[in-house]
Amino acid sequence: MEIFSEWKFTAKGIAEKPDLFMSGHRACAGCAAATVLRLVMKAVRGPAIVTSATGCMEVVSTIYPYTAWDIPWIHTAFENVAANASGIETAIKVLKKKGKIKQEEQIDVIAFAGDGGTFDIGIQALSGAVERGHDFLYVLYDNEAYMNTGIQRSGGTPHGAATTTSPAGTVIPGKLEYKKPIADIMVAHDMPYVATASPYYWQDLITKARKGIEVNGPAFLHVIAPCPRGWRYDTSKSIEISRLAVETCIFPLWEAINGKYQLSAPSEAIALSPQRKNSVREYLQMQGRFRHLFTPKFEKVIDEIQRITDERWQRLLKKCGIT
Amino acid sequence: MQNVIDTANHIVAYAAKAARVQVIAAYPITPQTSIVERIAELVESGELNAEYIRVESEHSAMSACMGAAAGGVRTFTATSSHGLVLMHEALHWASGSRLPIVMPVVNRALGPGWNIWADFTDSMSQRDTGWIQFYCAENQEVFDTIIQVYKLCENERVLLPAMVCLEGFILSHTYMPVEIPDQEKIDDFLPPYKPKWFLDVNKPISHANIVSPEWYMEFRYMIQEAMENAKQLIPEIDKEYGKYFGFEHGGLIDKYKCEDADLILLTMGTIGSEAKIAVDNLRKEGLKVGTARVRVFRPFPREEIRKLAENAQMFAVIDRGISFGMEGFLAEETKASLSNQKDQPLIAGFIAGLGGRDVTFKTIEKIAKKSSEWMRAGKVGKETVWVDLRK
Repeated sequence: MEIFSEWKFTAKGIAEKPDLFMSGHRACAGCAAATVLRLVMKAVRGPAIVTSATGCMEVVSTIYPYTAWDIPWIHTAFENVAANASGIETAIKVLKKKGKIKQEEQIDVIAFAGDGGTFDIGIQALSGAVERGHDFLYVLYDNEAYMNTGIQRSGGTPHGAATTTSPAGTVIPGKLEYKKPIADIMVAHDMPYVATASPYYWQDLITKARKGIEVNGPAFLHVIAPCPRGWRYDTSKSIEISRLAVETCIFPLWEAINGKYQLSAPSEAIALSPQRKNSVREYLQMQGRFRHLFTPKFEKVIDEIQRITDERWQRLLKKCGIT
Repeated sequence: MQNVIDTANHIVAYAAKAARVQVIAAYPITPQTSIVERIAELVESGELNAEYIRVESEHSAMSACMGAAAGGVRTFTATSSHGLVLMHEALHWASGSRLPIVMPVVNRALGPGWNIWADFTDSMSQRDTGWIQFYCAENQEVFDTIIQVYKLCENERVLLPAMVCLEGFILSHTYMPVEIPDQEKIDDFLPPYKPKWFLDVNKPISHANIVSPEWYMEFRYMIQEAMENAKQLIPEIDKEYGKYFGFEHGGLIDKYKCEDADLILLTMGTIGSEAKIAVDNLRKEGLKVGTARVRVFRPFPREEIRKLAENAQMFAVIDRGISFGMEGFLAEETKASLSNQKDQPLIAGFIAGLGGRDVTFKTIEKIAKKSSEWMRAGKVGKETVWVDLRK
């Protein structure tokens, strides 16, 4: 399926394009989510409207009377960003019908939400909006816990991670449950475009955001967004961890166009040369949230994380037709 | 002009059409369903040129309405009971965002016990959400109020959302004659929506930011100010509507034979219509009684209540709802309105008609007679009476 119009990714084009998510926001040092927003906003075609779910990026970007957004931006609660986007997209449709907006003018509607607003409290509104087929891009910046409220576990928190509501104690080794396969759940909606992305592979990320915007109908972009505060690592390591998440196949990169899965280049390279696949240990040991796993008592949890990672990776390869 | 005989729910749909709403986002719930069904038919047939978002919940209905209204178009939804309380969070968002969304609420009891019949507790428990609240007594008023309310809410001095409340089944499913004015005249009375602000790509703004303690109070004050402005505008708009179309509904309070009344029955909704019959009957028996139907509950017509209290000796307040641990909602507000006033009348509260139990003129006559006994004795026998309660 041909999604692209005349748009071609060039580094120069991206560099020269003014930032729509600008400096001056108050995200923590090393916050990958802020990078994700900046990159996604590089992908818009022209005028755009952003609706943000309650969460880190909402909180840091619009502290009255300031704003870090150079586009119309709105926030209406935590669990309803997809429903809100439905309304915005429909209003644009009406204004076009009335001739208040020119028929040929494209206004990109983008919804941003974190893992809490997507995996958990917002999944109903998201599912509904996608079923109705509204034309918008939904971007999940996944920092794998409720970071805005201080690192509480979410449906996106991985197995074994310590959070303030799944602390690693002497009996329980962090979160017992497994990360919800949210992007697969979205593919199961039979929606036109779903993709995963990592800010390390920024070109891939922007290209996918652009595809999600250009596709006619709903698009879902799941982006891993490491969080130095919540994951407990040095603020300079966010991008490195974003890379390792892909190289360990903990967070493989793929897209599903009209339900057809396809690995993206960085993950495809691993599929073709499996020796390039890193062990999860390398990823886990960089992060304080997994520190307790590197003790004799909980070490077997690392094996379990490796097992589930491999199992999900194999399942993904099968979906992509690679056996 | 067109004369129709139809249910209030269908009349709501015709009012939405007459108001030329542009986006509807709604979720069905008994007894609101025939509103959204009729609207679907109107959209389907092209009679109503609007976009209809069939959302997956009431919370999303209000969230989509907020998106559409912020997008700069006239927006509509309708709900009832559990749907309304599911929306509760989004109601605060809509008023805080200053979006003029109009929402008929078909009043229905809250479970458990599971009950689909009339009760005001659903909308009354939303009274602090910053929404304007109207309560209707008949189908004509339902139509007229929806048109009036768009004009009110979209006024730059108001910019608040509003509920137009009508009792489930008693109005929603009851056929009554209604005059629907000519569309041209309605268009003249209610011009197209011109938003003061919207998500304009040529003039980007950020909306619903983080607001620190330094600023928060000022935003809240502006909502209170808007409510006070609405209180001023409601009677004016009602009068103007009357001049256009021949129907007025009393502004904030619909008064009936109150001028010389010693005893005033304070009511809301359809109980107000029954109370008029009771008043006529009781007057024949020589009782100097009148009734005042509170049409607008938010903003609460405090000043009008005070005016009514000047000549009356007693208020009997009838509530189709209860704030548990205290008393009826209208009784509470009435008492609060009269605090710090000299020579207050006696006030007795009556809880009646919960969960759709009939409140007929006969019930109201009983309430009036008990009240007038207390009035003569100069003392209220019971602060809150549960009318016809089974022992």
